Amino acid sequence: MSALLEISNLQAGIGDKAILKGLDLTIQAGEVHAIMGPNGSGKSTLSYVLSGKDGYDITGGSMQFDGHDLADLQAEERAIAGLFLAFQYPLEIPGVTNMTFLKTALNAVRRGRGEDEMDAASFLRLAREKSRALGMDDDMLKRQLNVGFSGGEKKRNEILQMAMLEPKLAILDETDSGLDIDALKIVAEGVNAQRSPERGMLVITHYQRLLDFIKPDVVHVMANGRIVRSGGPELALELEKSGYADYRGNEAAHA
Amino acid sequence: MSEAKSTIDRETVEQVAKFGGEHYKYGFESDIDADRAPNGLSEDIVRFISAKKGEPEWLLAWRLDAYERWCTMDEPKWAHVHYPQIDFQDLCYYAAPKSMEDGPKSLDEVDPELLRTYEKLGIPLIEQEMLAGVRKVAVDAVFDSVSVGTTFRDELAKEGIIFCSFSEAVKEHPDLVKKYLGSVIPKSDNYYAALNSAVFSDGSFVYIPPGVRCPMELSTYFRINEANTGQFERTLVIADKGSYVSYLEGCTAPMRDENQLHAAVVELVALEDAEIKYSTVQNWYPGDAEGKGGIYNFVTKRGDCREARARISWTQVETGSAVTWKYPSCILRGDDSSGEFYSIAISNNLQQVDSGTKMIHLGRNTSSKIISKGISAGRSSNAYRGQVSVHPKAANARNFTQCDSLLIGDQCAAHTVPYIEAKNLSAVLEHEATTSKISDDQLFFCRQRGLDPEEAVALIVNGFCRDVLQNLPMEFAVEAQKLVGISLEGSVG
Ligand SMILES: Nc1ncnc2c1ncn2[C@@H]1O[C@H](COP(=O)(O)OP(=O)(O)O)[C@@H](O)[C@H]1O
Ligand SMILES: [Mg+2]
Repeated sequence: MSALLEISNLQAGIGDKAILKGLDLTIQAGEVHAIMGPNGSGKSTLSYVLSGKDGYDITGGSMQFDGHDLADLQAEERAIAGLFLAFQYPLEIPGVTNMTFLKTALNAVRRGRGEDEMDAASFLRLAREKSRALGMDDDMLKRQLNVGFSGGEKKRNEILQMAMLEPKLAILDETDSGLDIDALKIVAEGVNAQRSPERGMLVITHYQRLLDFIKPDVVHVMANGRIVRSGGPELALELEKSGYADYRGNEAAHA
Repeated sequence: MSEAKSTIDRETVEQVAKFGGEHYKYGFESDIDADRAPNGLSEDIVRFISAKKGEPEWLLAWRLDAYERWCTMDEPKWAHVHYPQIDFQDLCYYAAPKSMEDGPKSLDEVDPELLRTYEKLGIPLIEQEMLAGVRKVAVDAVFDSVSVGTTFRDELAKEGIIFCSFSEAVKEHPDLVKKYLGSVIPKSDNYYAALNSAVFSDGSFVYIPPGVRCPMELSTYFRINEANTGQFERTLVIADKGSYVSYLEGCTAPMRDENQLHAAVVELVALEDAEIKYSTVQNWYPGDAEGKGGIYNFVTKRGDCREARARISWTQVETGSAVTWKYPSCILRGDDSSGEFYSIAISNNLQQVDSGTKMIHLGRNTSSKIISKGISAGRSSNAYRGQVSVHPKAANARNFTQCDSLLIGDQCAAHTVPYIEAKNLSAVLEHEATTSKISDDQLFFCRQRGLDPEEAVALIVNGFCRDVLQNLPMEFAVEAQKLVGISLEGSVG
């Protein structure tokens, strides 16, 4: 069976600055991987390069996703192919309601996948069901996308979008940052509800705390643009005790 | 262009988008024999037009006076627009479809080709049974210089409402026309208004009797078809005491390489406690991506809240035309009267827009509100020009102005030119202005959720325009949203 995501020797940067320096990572369908690492190690950059944000130069390596060479696909084509990114800093779109945004996205993805657009009534039912499951007020659907949302509401909203779009691979970039413990539990429950044998997840986090609630199959440590160590959930606990000091040294050595 | 002709129908937006670069949906030309005046403008041409329409002597005299004044006036140069000198002697001032020579007696007699043209535009001139839940819309269609048909007239007549072509109003309701024509926009108000007053061909006329709430949307649909003609229509809407009317206006024109002039005049009169809502979706051909062709849209629109508690509200969605010069305004004469201006002005490619409003506070306790959303893309230029003036006797005047510009790309320009003049110390005037860009991060966020760049821009821009779109009658709001998307196609790459 071929992997859901296979990244080998990925090298990417912005302008003259190299950020990813030969990164390897393989995720099988059904697996949850966590990437931990100090700030600035390139975790968000990895998520952007995978999802096709403009502005990065890919200077080497390859990214295979579910039978596609990601380099051949535009950002929206990657989304349609089933790659989802929950943003570390979700964007605001004034004047566009959460509902309109969800519906536009869902129908764009469905069209791209050769499915019919969803009619208004079915959509409303689905959006209500999914948002209630995440403990969100119906009112949240009527608000303008992320405008005036608290940090926790924004992150929950990202998980709602993921639940609506049903991706094959979800990348969660520091979805835990800025959340209090209750919000963290709700978000983690939402994520856990979406674990399935067909779906892969890549959970990027700075802290072990999130991994108490979302149990990863594999934990990686990223430093200075590479995966420098991989192991089971116990690796996260070890990092919790020792911190990233060792890896920072590593980073400094390369800088 | 003929390629466009065969494919256009009630397409979906997606189909339009696939249209091989020709994004303008209404660019087809109709094959209709036309009756045209010789090119050029003179006293004789003014007489010719008046005679063609069988007008009474007083109206001819009015036109001739306007013509005389126009001859002494200069084209305004203060707007932030640039275009080659217009040769007013090289224009045709009257074109009518031949089949209309004697005027249709009823809609049944209208040339079927004309009916088909309007159907292609999505405007049925046949009175259809409307679907349950959809409000009726009565339509007056103006094709080149003449009105070709007005729907639902009988039903409106039962309420005493007059909705007909301007020419007909001159014949059937001369007293009303005489009383109100030019009473809001004097014939020498400005260069283009004077030109229009001399040569106006047709347009719509509305009168709502006292206490009547017009039971359906009234609408005029303008279409320039003939090459090399100007369109000079004139609309007059009168809402008598305590009445209400909502009026929609839409416009399209074929794609042509030459520029065409459109110089309309719209006058609104609201008497005591009356309310007029006037909405425009202006989608004249904007010219191609290199700025070739397109309509020069030089329009004068003004409403007069003539008596106490009158209300006038302008809503405009301006997406078309090569050059737009237009300032729908309100004169707040009656005490406690109010005026509103909601505007979306989109410019793409080499389009130039100079638009805004004037709110003239004359009465006591008058209030006005201005919400302007300017969107510039491509190499276009988009100016908001607004004036709020409070006269010495206008105690307790209130104005709120919100003026937002959105830039797409870095080759376009946005300008905001507010003039504020308060001659009464009790006035409270608020002005807020913002300029923003669509950020790459916003675009990426949308694309990560599956939207292509054009859908993403359309979504973000529609959000930006929300306050104004919400003010449009439902029938227009959906069309307007699509139009926002279509007119910005090609603005991101
Ligand atoms: N737009 C950018 N331009 C230049 N350098 C950047 C840019 N974005 C990120 N970087 C740099 O790349 C490195 C990795 O950043 P990032 O991927 O955000 O790390 P992480 O998410 O692990 O904290 C950092 O040194 C950061 O300063
Ligand atoms: Mg990060």
